[in-house]
Amino acid sequence: MDAHSLAPEEHFIQKEPYYEPVGNEIAIFEAAWRHRLPVLLKGPTGCGKTRFMEYMAWRLKLPLITVSCHDDLTASDLVGRYLVKGGETTWVDGPLTRAVRVGGICYLDEVVEARKDTMVVIHPLADDRRTLPMEKLGQLLEAPDGFCLAISYNPGYQSVLKDLKQSTRQRFVALEFDYPAADLERRIVASESGVEPAMAERLVKFAQMTRNLKGSGLEEGASTRLLVHAGKLIAGGIDPVTACRSAVAQAVTDDGDMLAAIQELSSSIF
Amino acid sequence: MNAEEITQLLEGWLEADFSFRKVGPTAAKIAALPDRDQDFILEWTKRVASSNLEVAWQFARRAPALMGTMDRRLMEAWLLGACDVYDRQGLRHALTVMEEADHFEERQLEMTAGVLFEDVAGVLGNFVRGLSGRRLTLEPGKHVHTDTERIFLPGVLARFPDTADNFKLAKAMVAMLWAQTRFGTFRADLSVACAGFSDPDRALRQLHGLETLRLSACISRELPGLYREMERLKAALGEGPPLGWEPLAQRLAQPEANLEDSLALLGDAYALADFQPWCYQGALKPDAVAAAFEARREKEKTRLRVKLAELLEEHTRHEDGQAKDSGKPRQRPEFEAEARDEEGRLDLELTLDGLPVAPPEDVKALLSSIYLDFGEIPPDYLVPAGDGDYDPSLLGEQALDPDAVWQGTYHEEGATFYHEWDMGREHYRKNWCVMREKEVPPVEDNFHRITLDKYAGLVKHLRKSFEAMRDENRVEKRQAYGDDVDIDALVEALADARDGSEMSDRLFVRLHRAERNIAVAFMVDMSGSTRGWINEAEREALILLCEALELLGDRYAIYGFSGITRKRCELFRIKTFDEPYSDEVKARISGIRAQEYTRMGFAIRHLSELLKGVEARTKVLITLSDGRPDDYFDGYRGPYGIEDTRMALLEARRAGIHPFCITIDREARDYLPHMYGAARYIILDDVRQLPMKVSDIYRRLTS
Repeated sequence: MDAHSLAPEEHFIQKEPYYEPVGNEIAIFEAAWRHRLPVLLKGPTGCGKTRFMEYMAWRLKLPLITVSCHDDLTASDLVGRYLVKGGETTWVDGPLTRAVRVGGICYLDEVVEARKDTMVVIHPLADDRRTLPMEKLGQLLEAPDGFCLAISYNPGYQSVLKDLKQSTRQRFVALEFDYPAADLERRIVASESGVEPAMAERLVKFAQMTRNLKGSGLEEGASTRLLVHAGKLIAGGIDPVTACRSAVAQAVTDDGDMLAAIQELSSSIF
Repeated sequence: MNAEEITQLLEGWLEADFSFRKVGPTAAKIAALPDRDQDFILEWTKRVASSNLEVAWQFARRAPALMGTMDRRLMEAWLLGACDVYDRQGLRHALTVMEEADHFEERQLEMTAGVLFEDVAGVLGNFVRGLSGRRLTLEPGKHVHTDTERIFLPGVLARFPDTADNFKLAKAMVAMLWAQTRFGTFRADLSVACAGFSDPDRALRQLHGLETLRLSACISRELPGLYREMERLKAALGEGPPLGWEPLAQRLAQPEANLEDSLALLGDAYALADFQPWCYQGALKPDAVAAAFEARREKEKTRLRVKLAELLEEHTRHEDGQAKDSGKPRQRPEFEAEARDEEGRLDLELTLDGLPVAPPEDVKALLSSIYLDFGEIPPDYLVPAGDGDYDPSLLGEQALDPDAVWQGTYHEEGATFYHEWDMGREHYRKNWCVMREKEVPPVEDNFHRITLDKYAGLVKHLRKSFEAMRDENRVEKRQAYGDDVDIDALVEALADARDGSEMSDRLFVRLHRAERNIAVAFMVDMSGSTRGWINEAEREALILLCEALELLGDRYAIYGFSGITRKRCELFRIKTFDEPYSDEVKARISGIRAQEYTRMGFAIRHLSELLKGVEARTKVLITLSDGRPDDYFDGYRGPYGIEDTRMALLEARRAGIHPFCITIDREARDYLPHMYGAARYIILDDVRQLPMKVSDIYRRLTS
């Protein structure tokens, strides 16, 4: 199969993504979108924030432009920059500008990872002005009704250095995500990975055990995403203990003792 | 070596002339061994002799017979175990440990494959924390048992000839003891339950058997993989329920079986054959359980009630407006907790007036701990505490007054313990230093202002040079690559191109991000020898340093250290990392006074721990000292103190911390390079230079 390229603003999600609602997050997101309010998704890694965004993009029939933030992401990376082409300078829109122009969803994943100056750019977009100042062009871009700004961050990594400023967070409608309740998580794992419900249940129990280790040398327990990975390996014929080691234990820690302990937990369960 | 040479060595190390130790026969036995074994025994005898002559002598006496039959790794563990016991409990207990070697011989085959507590504690500690329920900790102990807070395992576990199996056995033991707390073995007073029988001890053993059957069934449902291993271990040792116990086992294997069922069957079991303990079941110690429960009960009740009061207050604040508007009389809100404990899953739902409340993690942990004790949440635990309704001392781990150590009953309670490197033994003395953090009493005497006046010229200079260091975010133009196009450079380059000249490739602007990401801990010598001049110079230096550091914005902490013997190691808080440079801090700097002696290892270890907790790219530990490590009485002087300090510095370096020392001891050249390494220290000839130089040194160190 050939890979094909797609401009970000053409990234419409055609097929309904599998998503199991936990509470009333869908209704809240829709209401926020209707009222042109930006949304903040809080929650640990791999608990379904990105999947939720995909689902909402499909549901609202909007293009989804996702930007994974990192510590070198600048305001120019988001808004756009001049490039030199054939001896001339040409302006190129950044992903945020593209999303504003087409009235799509711009999802800034792990936003606290971005440089602090980046945050300032999204402020006028995130309040009732809903404008994107493009200083270098000397223009102000007004967001159409369809545009939605969504950001995510993981309070688990909270530190003095990586925290959202009040001036930023107080502009957003916040949705809190967590790992789904055991029954729901079992359904998700079974449906996403194709393992039997009994196996999905053991995987969820195993995840719970790793989550008990949070704060005792483990930053985060196994996420639903990792369970799905392990489930897929198991469905593909890999022995469950081996699958958990590769897909879960190795993914959550490099510490030898912790790896061994997680291995002991998985070998106890299966 | 021949017997004569060995005799001479042993006589020297063991001071045979002043004792009744007849080393000749032992030397002859050692001499008969191969060189490798001789070296091993002699080396360890020498090392242990630096701690205690008698322990060393007992080792030398027993070692020749054990060589070849006992694994060296275990022999070392046994000997170091004896040294640890000697450190903690004294000679008599240490000699008892030495005598255990005689029993080791009886099981020599297994002994080569034993697992040590220290080897398994890390992995199994995390393993048990991963299981649901109360957070249990692992500790070494004589018997395998749990008091519902801690799980005790032996120092060496060696039932099987294979190390992997011994590890599995340790894991099975941990799981069985965890199951006792998780599935309610201690929800009744077991001593009382057995008291009615003619032989209560036997009744307890039979009850333990019944519980082992019940819990094994729980484990088989909860942890099937582990259960298979446990069955395999049992089969390898030929263990199983005695004849006549099968019907009891079947009944206790039902998913709904609980402690009540075991108690109901105790009469039947008492009439049957003795239940021979299975390899992993450990012992039941109702007294230890009762003591732990007593200590926990009131504390947890109080904590939960206070937490509920907090939750209620939060809730009321939220609802307040609505209730006032409606004008309805407010009823006393009621908390309820419902536990769902099925298929091994423990969920506790907390509701307030029928509506679910999402409790924070600590409340969840409290609720499940209480549930484990009672099998429910007793209604009186769910009443939020009112003002003055509780004893605050039960609320948290109250810090004990560090000054009370020497008053009344001597205690180590509430202190932090640090290892100390014993150069003779070439091993750590475990939890040897009893450390407490203390406050420096602030002295409001204008010392800060006087110092700034005194060094006015210097302060001006410092400000300038430190301001220059303070790097700021700035846009760098004409870069080869960067965030944006440098339009000016581009115009020039295009003009050059038209002109026929070569185009520059430096066409970008880049934002230079300057983040001084440094955390530094200052460790200030407050030993008695700093009294007078040095103390004053130290205080002045700190004031000037703080002024400079405030300009830079580096995170910094200041602690003084001193102590007398290992039992009283004191670290004086002058400024913590989180604290601003306030008038209080200035007054504390002014209040720094000379104290006792210079024990340095614990201070380095503690400050390293603090630095580890700070998020910074560069971590620096700077010691201001006037002399070599030295303490009163317990041997912390000369090479011993230097080696411990060196080891503590090595540990710090391994943790990514950069240590540096500023000293005014002129003899420091003899030992500082050894402790800190070349170029990691500076010696000032004159104490008066300290205030002048210290900021400058800091600037050079961190720029």
